[in-house]
This record gives sequence, structure tokens and C-alpha cells, in this order.
Amino acid sequence: MDFLQTIKIALRALRTNKMRSFLTMLGIIIGIAAVIAMMAVGSGASYVISQQIASIGSNIVLIIPGSTTSGGLRTGSGGAQTLSSDDARAIMNDCPSVAYAAGTVRTSGQIVNGNMNWSTVIMGGTPELFEIREWPVVSGRPISQQDEDGAVKVCLLGQTVAESLFGSSDPVGSIVRIKKIPFTVIGILERKGQSPQGQDQDDAVFVPLRTAQRNLVRSQRTGIVSAIIVKAKSEDVIAKAESEIQALLNQRHRITNSKEPDFSTRNLSEILAVAEQSSKAMSLLLGAVASISLIVGGIGIMNIMLVSVTERTREIGIRMAIGAKKNDILLQFMTEAVLLTMLGGVIGIALGAGGAAAVSRMLDWPTLISFQSIAVAFIFSAVVGIFFGFYPAKKAAGLNPIDALRYE
Amino acid sequence: MTSVISLSDIRRVFTMGDQQFEALKGVSFDVAIGEFVAIMGASGSGKSTSMNILGCLDRPTSGTYLLDGLDVGGMTPNQLADIRNKKLGFVFQGFNLLARTPAVENVELPLVYAGLHSKERRQKALLAMEQVGLAGKENNHPSQLSGGQQQRVAIARALVNNPAVILADEPTGNLDSSTSAEIMNLFTALNQQGITIIMVTHEQDVAAYAGRQITFRDGKIISDHLTGQAA
Ligand SMILES: Nc1ncnc2c1ncn2[C@@H]1O[C@H](COP(=O)(O)OP(=O)(O)O)[C@@H](O)[C@H]1O
Ligand SMILES: [Mg+2]
Repeated sequence: MDFLQTIKIALRALRTNKMRSFLTMLGIIIGIAAVIAMMAVGSGASYVISQQIASIGSNIVLIIPGSTTSGGLRTGSGGAQTLSSDDARAIMNDCPSVAYAAGTVRTSGQIVNGNMNWSTVIMGGTPELFEIREWPVVSGRPISQQDEDGAVKVCLLGQTVAESLFGSSDPVGSIVRIKKIPFTVIGILERKGQSPQGQDQDDAVFVPLRTAQRNLVRSQRTGIVSAIIVKAKSEDVIAKAESEIQALLNQRHRITNSKEPDFSTRNLSEILAVAEQSSKAMSLLLGAVASISLIVGGIGIMNIMLVSVTERTREIGIRMAIGAKKNDILLQFMTEAVLLTMLGGVIGIALGAGGAAAVSRMLDWPTLISFQSIAVAFIFSAVVGIFFGFYPAKKAAGLNPIDALRYE
Repeated sequence: MTSVISLSDIRRVFTMGDQQFEALKGVSFDVAIGEFVAIMGASGSGKSTSMNILGCLDRPTSGTYLLDGLDVGGMTPNQLADIRNKKLGFVFQGFNLLARTPAVENVELPLVYAGLHSKERRQKALLAMEQVGLAGKENNHPSQLSGGQQQRVAIARALVNNPAVILADEPTGNLDSSTSAEIMNLFTALNQQGITIIMVTHEQDVAAYAGRQITFRDGKIISDHLTGQAA
């Protein structure tokens, strides 16, 4: 018996009871739609996190003033002025696992171009900062070592600032006033997007560290930095770099066992990796819930197929009398069950994709429907049909033709 | 005279719980190619039981059955399905057509299980429908046909595979007398074309169309004679 004919017979049987077929499929439709939507939202979340990791830069260790060694962040830790430009330089020169280290200061204030003004974050950093954050300029030039050494009043604009102050015209070469001090715009930074904390990273202005220390921030001593950002040489040596930095700073700051450290280190990629892990665990959990719905749907299929076998006992008898073999009958009912679930699967995939798109639009959250998730859903729906269709089909194939023919 | 069917000492014992009932108590007869046989007898005499055995739907408890020279006793269920498909055609009292399926597809059904391609199937089915006088009714569903027409569809379905024997269990049982006569005329015509027919009936005037009458009583043959009317 050819396959096409088998499918034709199965489709006719499903069409005979349209409403019943649809209701039977509903469990599968909902299950598959949920799986697709969950996977789409979940991989969207992973995508966002990995984008954010990439936007910070890879293999980053952050050193901030104050101690977090005894139970969380201490009050005023950000305000302590214990780290210096010299610390940054020493880390870069003396820690073998460190590729770059940059001292940074951070403040906020008004930046003015003519009659346009914009309140934003002002960051001072040595040229290494842009290597560490993997953040190139898209026009103009980056901050150079000469700018740094000479404390030259130049600045780089983030995209948001550039757009706010200059619209579509090119800011490079213009003079802006940062906290009333004139600075020359030397370049525009590439767009970065949101940080993991949800801040617009492009809403910032960058100046050489020494320029900022002299002109924009007030501090008790010269050369104070608010944080040191470090890039380890590779992912494998991040932990090693962290301990080298701790040893070096302990020595430089004369920290002994009796004195608590006046700085703390944070491994950013580690924090984000944890976030990614938990988002994966979350989508796995939701996936498990969805597969329960699939199993429930499968049981519904089995139930209806059993009813159908009973209803069509006579038909089975006729087919057997006429020459259908056990396997022909088995195949016929299996095909019906698999067709039901696969049809449900296709509708579910469409619905799930639609749902994901709706989530995407309404919550402004990226969703990703991979080819794999569609393939997995499709195969899964077929497997549900095969698994739950087998018992009823087996029952049909095992009927005795005489009894089946006599069945009223 | 070549036998297409040869039964010798067929017994069929039904077991229900610890009770046994012998429905056939040693039945023997041969049917030659081209014969038209009517099996008669009171209700419960074993007519259907012997038809089921002849139709390879049931196996005798003992005795041998040769169909077209083949001993069907030792065959597997799949082999029996093949025999039913290729050597036998069934006509039932209740027509037993597939509902919601066009007449022509009902007729095609044996060819589907024979593994023929759709083009060939359709061609043969249309031919068989013409043979039973149903040209033009190909796409009607059983519910859109009269009882007599439905039985003609069933006969076309029985014919379509060029079987060695057509087996009909009370083919006119559900039909009025004039329709019965039509169906019997059709059987007679088919028999005159050389098709072997074995038919169960309990109506004398229906049996009169056959050339030979075998009468059952209590699981035994009590008479077996030619009527001299047909060939
Ligand atoms: N499957 C069965 N189980 C038990 N007894 C049966 C079975 N089939 C038929 N019989 C009995 O065998 C006898 C013959 O039945 P059957 O061949 O159907 O008679 P009929 O001549 O009316 O067609 C009846 O007494 C019937 O009750
Ligand atoms: Mg009977």
C-alpha cells in the first residue's frame, strides 16, 4: 500500500470529524506554541546578555575603592579615595596576566554646544580604557598618550551626546564646554547600546584622565582615580590576574592581616556568566512546563484514537476482509495520529512564533526563533504522535476480522 | 472437472468458556471452476461459519481446505490476507461499504492493498463499475445510492481483482424482491462470463438462480444437487 494513499485515507478520517480533530490537536498546539515561545524569549534573553557582555568588553576585572571582603558593599566605598593613577600604572607594568589597566574618574555635568546643552556622564580615562572596553571611534581620532600626558582639553563624544548636541552635523573639530571649560571634540565613539544595568552607555563624554583630574573632579590628593579597569590577557587568566592585582595592591597600600584592604576587585564577566546561567535555567524550566502540556496533549490524542478505533471497528473489518494486513491497519492509524500531532505542531509553531513576535513588540524584548527550535518542536510533535498513537493502532491491527465485520 | 475449492471433513468447534460447540461437523464438498453454488439451510445451521472458512477469515478446527490447489491451512495471517485480496471477492448482506468514500474508491480498495498505482486502480475500478451497470455513479457516496446500487458497488469491489471465487453471504438479505432479482440477474450474468460464485441464502427463489444447491442442517450437509437450471 503506497504512502500517499495512507495519508489520503488518514486525512479523510480527520476531516470526517473536523471539530474533534481540532480539539484533539489543541493540547499539542498549546504545548508546541509554548515551547516555541519560551525558547524564543529565552534565547532572546541569552542574546541580550551576551550582547551586554560584549559591550563591556571581555576578560574585565574592575577595581574600586573600599572593601567588600566582609559581607557586601561598605557604605561610602565608592567615595573613598584610595586608588591612584600610579596604582593603575603599576598593575599594568607588574602584573604578568594583565594586558591593560586604565585609571578612570567619573563625574556628571552639563555639556554645552552653542545654545544646546545636555547633562551627561563625564568619564576621564587613559587611552588604554578604549582598548579594554573594545570601543573604537567611528570618526575623528581616539585619545592619545600625548593628550593624556599633556592633560590636553580634548574629548570624545558618545553617540547619544553627539546626536543631542549636534543633530546630524559632524561634531569633530568643534569646541564644546564641559562644566564651562572649553574642550575640542576629537572623535565620536561607536554605538554601544545598553549596559547590563540598563543604562545608555552612549550617553557619556570621555576626556583624558589627567585632564579630568585637573579640571573636572575635586580630590584630596592629585592622581586619585575612582576606579581602575583591567583587561586580563585571556579568559583563562582572569582569576590569576585578579589575585596578582590583589597581591600588588596589598603591598602598595601596606595591607597586612590586621588591616582590611581599602579596595576590592570584581570580575564582571563572571557576574554576567551567572546571569546567563540563570536565564538558561529559567528557559529550561519553562521548557519543561511546556513539555508537560505536550504529554497531556499526547494522552488526549491517545484517548481519541482509541475512541476512533472502536467507532471504526467495522471499517477495519472490511479492510481486513478485502486484504489489508495487520501492518496496513497499524500504519493507517499511526499515520492518523502522527498527522494529527504534526498538524498541531505546525499550527503551534506558527502560533508560538506569533506570540514571540507579539512579546517582542509589546515588551520591546528581543526574541530569537532558531531553526533548531522549530526542528525540535516539529520532531517532538511527531514523536508524541508515534508514542501515543502506537497503542490504539496496535489495538486496531489486532482485531479479528470476523468479529470486526459483525460489530454494530 | 478442475476444483477451485476442495473441502474435506471440515470441522469447526467454538469454545466459550468451558463449553464447546461444534458448528461444522465434517463438511466436504468441491466446487469446480465456473460453478454457481447456493448454500441453503436454516438459521444457525453453519452457513456463515463455512463461508468464513471459505473466505479465509476463519480457520477450521480440523480438515483440509484447498483453494485453487493451495492448502490454506498452514498459511500465516499475512499470507491469508494476500489470498483474500487476490483470490477471493466478498459480498456481504449489509454491503459493508466505507461511508463518506466515493463509490469508485470503495471499488478500488482491494487494489490499494494489492499495491497497484492510482492510475491502474482507477482504470480497473471504472471497468468493474461498468460491468455491474454503475457507470456514471463513480463519485456518489454510499449514502447517495439505493440499496441495490450499493450492493452493485460491493459486487464491483469483489470483482475488481479478478478473483478465483466470489463469496456472497445473503447478498439479497437487505433488498426488496425486485432489487433482489436485479442482483441475481447480475450474478447470473457474471457466472456466464465464467466467474465462480458461492452464495448463501435461505430464500428458495434466490437459490433457484444457482446451478447447484447445497443444504446444511446442524453443521452437516444434508443435500447437494444440481438444479439443472444454470450451466
Ligand atoms: N464465534 C462464535 N462463537 C460461538 N458460537 C458461534 C460463533 N459463530 C457461530 N457460532 C454458532 O455456530 C452456529 C452456526 O452459526 P452460523 O454459521 O452463523 O449460522 P448460519 O447458518 O445462520 O449462518 C450457531 O449456532 C452459532 O451460534
Ligand atoms: Mg449466517
